[in-house]
Amino acid sequence: MFGFMLRPRKANTAQTAKERLQILLAHERSDTSNADFLPLLQRDIMEVIRRHMKIDKDSVDIKLERGDEFSSLEINIELPSSQKTPVQN
Amino acid sequence: MAKIIVVTSGKGGVGKTTSSAAISAGLAMRGFKTVVIDFDVGLRNLDMIMGCERRVVFDFINVIQGDAKLKQALIKDRRLENLFILPTSQTRDKDALTRDGVEKILNELREEFDYIICDSPAGIERGAHLAMYYADEAIVVTNPEVSSVRDSDRVLGLLNSKTYLAEKGGDNTVRSHLLLTRYDTQRVARGEMMTVEDVLEILAIPLLGIIPESSTVLRASNVGMPVVLDEKSGAGKAYEDAVSRLMGDQIEMRLDSGERPGFFQRLLGRTA
Repeated sequence: MFGFMLRPRKANTAQTAKERLQILLAHERSDTSNADFLPLLQRDIMEVIRRHMKIDKDSVDIKLERGDEFSSLEINIELPSSQKTPVQN
Repeated sequence: MAKIIVVTSGKGGVGKTTSSAAISAGLAMRGFKTVVIDFDVGLRNLDMIMGCERRVVFDFINVIQGDAKLKQALIKDRRLENLFILPTSQTRDKDALTRDGVEKILNELREEFDYIICDSPAGIERGAHLAMYYADEAIVVTNPEVSSVRDSDRVLGLLNSKTYLAEKGGDNTVRSHLLLTRYDTQRVARGEMMTVEDVLEILAIPLLGIIPESSTVLRASNVGMPVVLDEKSGAGKAYEDAVSRLMGDQIEMRLDSGERPGFFQRLLGRTA
């Protein structure tokens, strides 16, 4: 009887919605080209690395995590095994 | 000289056509000679919402392509003396809309009307772009929901960069107003729906009105009547208030359902 009177505060999902939007839109407004640069970045990185070693097209993995305070760009490149010879220049 | 107002949103289904119909009817009720244009080529619906779907002979595209005179395509509303509808084509493709064609017709309409309301299609492609391109003011229709708010933000960016006034680069920019629709005070009170203040904080444009979620909106569309003509409807009254604010009147935000009036009074200072 007593506990039910104090209806437990339900999670305020509206607040979550607002915060998610604020973070997202801060990024969308600042990046003039939005996330469109990521494929270009991937292409450029591939190009640079290919000058020095032979890598596979699928071996570059780019992740962008947009945060409130800062964002992080994570680039993972899978290098070929050491037995393979470097590209001849 | 007429004022051109685009009703836009980015997201579909938020109430652009309902709002276009209600606001143009509201303007006509006040004695302004008003025309409302459907820019949604291929998905014509303004005619249904206005209840003139059986009277469409020629359309916007026919006029652009010179197959009909503007006067032949304009449909006079049977309820309101000053209200006209310019329907779009249901069969043509979006490419039938051209910037020059739209400009020519708007210029012709400007001579005769006080207000030209452009009912934009959803999205940000050609139809939506041309609906906003020549606008003097914009009504951004938004639901208190994440995808709608995000799309509205995107559309606001386009209004500030991809319109005639923006490209011209003078002091005049498109004046944007927020129209918050399908607002459910009970869900807001339960913390399930963003408040009007939340949305205003994010989009940072003046508030034109809050349209409550209401069964009268569907009822009005069922019968082809702009909801503002339903005197008993809370949504209709909210549209009337929005029209007053569009004219520059300072009126208190109210929700007809009557919950927590004090809450809305606090918003007064933020209205345009």
